[in-house]
Amino acid sequence: MHRFANPTQFMRIADAVYPWAAGLSLILFLAGLPIALVTSPPDYQQGETVRIMYVHVSSAWLMMMVYGIVAANSAAFLVWRHPMANLVAKASAPMGAVFTALALITGMLWGQPMWGTFWVWDGRLTSTLILFFLYLGYLALGDAFEDSERGDKAAAILALVGSVNLPIIHFSVEWWNTLHQPSIIKMDGMTVDKSLLLPLFLMMGAFTSYYVAVLVLRLRSELLAAKIRNARMSQVAVNQAAQPAE
Amino acid sequence: MTRKRQRLYFVVLGLLGFGVGAALVLTAFQDNIVFFFSPSEVTTRHLAPEQRFRVGGLVEAGSLVKNGEDISFSVTDLSSTLKVQYRGLLPDLFREGQGVIAEGRMEPGGVFIASEVLAKHDENYMPREVADALKKSGRWNEGGATQSGMPANNLKPTSTTPASPNTTNP
Repeated sequence: MHRFANPTQFMRIADAVYPWAAGLSLILFLAGLPIALVTSPPDYQQGETVRIMYVHVSSAWLMMMVYGIVAANSAAFLVWRHPMANLVAKASAPMGAVFTALALITGMLWGQPMWGTFWVWDGRLTSTLILFFLYLGYLALGDAFEDSERGDKAAAILALVGSVNLPIIHFSVEWWNTLHQPSIIKMDGMTVDKSLLLPLFLMMGAFTSYYVAVLVLRLRSELLAAKIRNARMSQVAVNQAAQPAE
Repeated sequence: MTRKRQRLYFVVLGLLGFGVGAALVLTAFQDNIVFFFSPSEVTTRHLAPEQRFRVGGLVEAGSLVKNGEDISFSVTDLSSTLKVQYRGLLPDLFREGQGVIAEGRMEPGGVFIASEVLAKHDENYMPREVADALKKSGRWNEGGATQSGMPANNLKPTSTTPASPNTTNP
């Protein structure tokens, strides 16, 4: 595993993955969107509203997965000081925040017509809102220190502490009475009919590969920015050495 | 190497400790985190008359009476039933046999006066034809379909709950 801590090694693999992830995402969106939004059958009790599920569940799946990635990479950064792990966590967090916002917004738009309310403070909705604040806190804390390394460490610790929230979000609908319905993915199978499951899986795959592709792009630009910073620093050092201050 | 080991143990122990702490806090606040009580819990809890709370369950079949905007129905968890009165608009999904959550307070006569009624649906999604096929083959249980979405005391999923639609879809 530690081989991938080397940015050159890591980016060699990431660059190889990128065209596949980007292509897969494009294909899955092109295949999944028409099925999800037009041709799949409406639900027996929710009617056409059920189409919100394809965006809502996909966003919710990614907000969980991305937070898991942020937390795991933060742990690797704290324990082994791998800069690449920190970079992956920092590049993923804004995307996770956006997916969480999407899950919250689509959930509200879905809740109003079906439940009769945009928002309630039940276990699932509240813990998801906390996840959104954890993402925002991670991003803010990382930039809050003069010394960027101290900021990275503080943010990584926050990400780890916040990972306690992941099982809470997942099991909230089983541990407590909630307005939100239980999970559609169960140990003994899915509670969604095949005709609705196909577009759901297509959209979840599309979202996931989209995240992977954009992550590689963000890592590339982060590494380039670091290179430029280093080049500037050494330029300044060279200039200073050439003209010693009086 | 030893420093890395130390940090690893520190992170793992820290996470464990924090997880246990969170679990204890959540267990302690269990009663405040539940979103609603079932009708059985309402009777056993002896809630103060002025206390506002939510009651959740299934709308009992045949109990719905509409008189203009005045609505009355019974909420049941299949072992206990609570009469609810409400004035206002009902969500689209509201019907007999459907999951429902009402917020309000108890009147001295044992009637729950609701100020807000929300519909609760289950996690079974399927097209109408599949639902009809399930009903036709007798594997459908309107109450049961909603039961799995109602983790209250007496609403544990039972064998009457329809099997996952996948397995029955021809």
